[in-house]
Amino acid sequence: MLIYLPIAEVSVNMFVLLGLGGLVGMLSGIFGVGGGFLMTPILIMIGIPPAVAVATEANQIVASSFSGVLAHFKRMTVDIKMGVVLLIGGLVGATVGVEIFKYLKSIGQVELLVTLSYVVFLGLIGGLMFIESLNAIRKSKKPGVLPKKRRHNWIHGLPFKMRFRTSGLYISVIPPLLVGVVVGILAAIMGVGGGFIMVPAMIYMLGMPTKVVVGTSLFQIMFVTAYTTLSHAMQNFTVDAILALLLLTGGVIGAQIGTRIGVKLKAEQLRILLAIMVLAMCFKLALDLLLVPSELFSIGAGGK
Amino acid sequence: MLRIIIAATLWIATPLLAQESVVVDLSQNKVEITTTFSGSNIFVFGAVKRDTPLPAGTGPLDVAIVVEGPLETVTVRKKEKKFGIWVNAEAIEIQEAPSFFTIATTRPLSEMLNEGDLRDYAIGLNYAVRPQPQSITNADTESFSEAIIRIRTDNGLYSERVGLINLTEDTLFEADIRLPANLVEGDYTARVYLVRDKNIVADASVGIVVRKAGLEAWLYNLSRENALLYGLLSILVALAAGYGASEIFRRLRR
Repeated sequence: MLIYLPIAEVSVNMFVLLGLGGLVGMLSGIFGVGGGFLMTPILIMIGIPPAVAVATEANQIVASSFSGVLAHFKRMTVDIKMGVVLLIGGLVGATVGVEIFKYLKSIGQVELLVTLSYVVFLGLIGGLMFIESLNAIRKSKKPGVLPKKRRHNWIHGLPFKMRFRTSGLYISVIPPLLVGVVVGILAAIMGVGGGFIMVPAMIYMLGMPTKVVVGTSLFQIMFVTAYTTLSHAMQNFTVDAILALLLLTGGVIGAQIGTRIGVKLKAEQLRILLAIMVLAMCFKLALDLLLVPSELFSIGAGGK
Repeated sequence: MLRIIIAATLWIATPLLAQESVVVDLSQNKVEITTTFSGSNIFVFGAVKRDTPLPAGTGPLDVAIVVEGPLETVTVRKKEKKFGIWVNAEAIEIQEAPSFFTIATTRPLSEMLNEGDLRDYAIGLNYAVRPQPQSITNADTESFSEAIIRIRTDNGLYSERVGLINLTEDTLFEADIRLPANLVEGDYTARVYLVRDKNIVADASVGIVVRKAGLEAWLYNLSRENALLYGLLSILVALAAGYGASEIFRRLRR
């Protein structure tokens, strides 16, 4: 059944959108990621204008992260203080991101920026995750090797220290603020929550305990994407409510199913599967930039 | 505007040819884009009126029907390979490109009408999409307007259909015009031209109003006129869906 999207101004099959939402929601449930990095490029591929895809996807992530953060609140696995620090950075980053987006939209380079950011970040994260999980699988076969103890690094020399009780940390607020800024920019430009950057940064850079990482990152993502949605809606007029509604209906159902499947798989297997998926998407997008396009021309709205 | 002036002057200048006139109507002159809009068909039909019998030796009658969407300014960008990747480089602004254009004729255009009239009345795709003289910066503008025609033809927005008109007894004519699902809002026109001996002998036009309706119109207008409220509403819906989903599945688990 075709449905006309009021802001995107294209007609798309409703069941394709519901199915996509469900599928990506399921993957995000299995792997514990937002799924924005998969959904945004897919939306662009099926013909949604990139600007609309990015802004609308931010809106969808509000729903999925809220659903997730509720569960984490019940388990008391959210470090609210850390979340707020990350959020302050995130709001600054998102403001900058929306401005960059607006400028590039006016000179016709949004598509390039979105694709390039995807290739770089997906390649980086996917590659690291792949190597890491390969090593983890190899190590798990050789018993008796103890994991390395965390050492003090440069982060502990920075000023403005603050105590984060839930995480059991006493560190400077500068690194989490910076992580927040980077994630905020990405959220605005790529239409992603940024969990795939934030989660590793929280574990490896900030040294947060794994059990509070996901809940805290979801907490930050929910507010940053809500803010991004609002900024895009007000400055770029690119949030499509009907598209968002279809995607999140499929998404929330898929996520619940995915969570159940995720429990049955082993952590290393999960990570390597996710790494392969991330790398595949990165490869596809890189090809688009490198191969001769089948249509060299594109039509955009005129005027400034 | 220019097209109307030309049409008016030509009409005054050629009173002798105006022995025939044309009456035209549409099956509907309002198209509503609703949520389930999947395109629409418009029936353009009409009749030829003759006050006096035709002089001997007059050529056969041909009819052309043009349905055109609102003109819009578009920017056409061309990709180029820079630093090893394909990026948008050269851009040209085309000021008057119809958002929708379809033409139905009884015969191929070049066979039935002279070049001057085709150009002046913008009959045919290559005359409907033209770069404005002031925006011409290099000699390759042709490829940019060709690109618009190619891309929009692929999208079903532009078409030229020879022989789509049914002409009965040189008097009654009808054509079924397909409006695709990816239509934009605006004031559309249906123009009808009667042609004899490669010259336009009569013409008429009717307007078609294409509007978003219902939920579509409400959402679109809200997003432009009250963006803050629209944004907040979008977030609220997302939060409600997130909460709803976790509640429903929590209850299902019990």
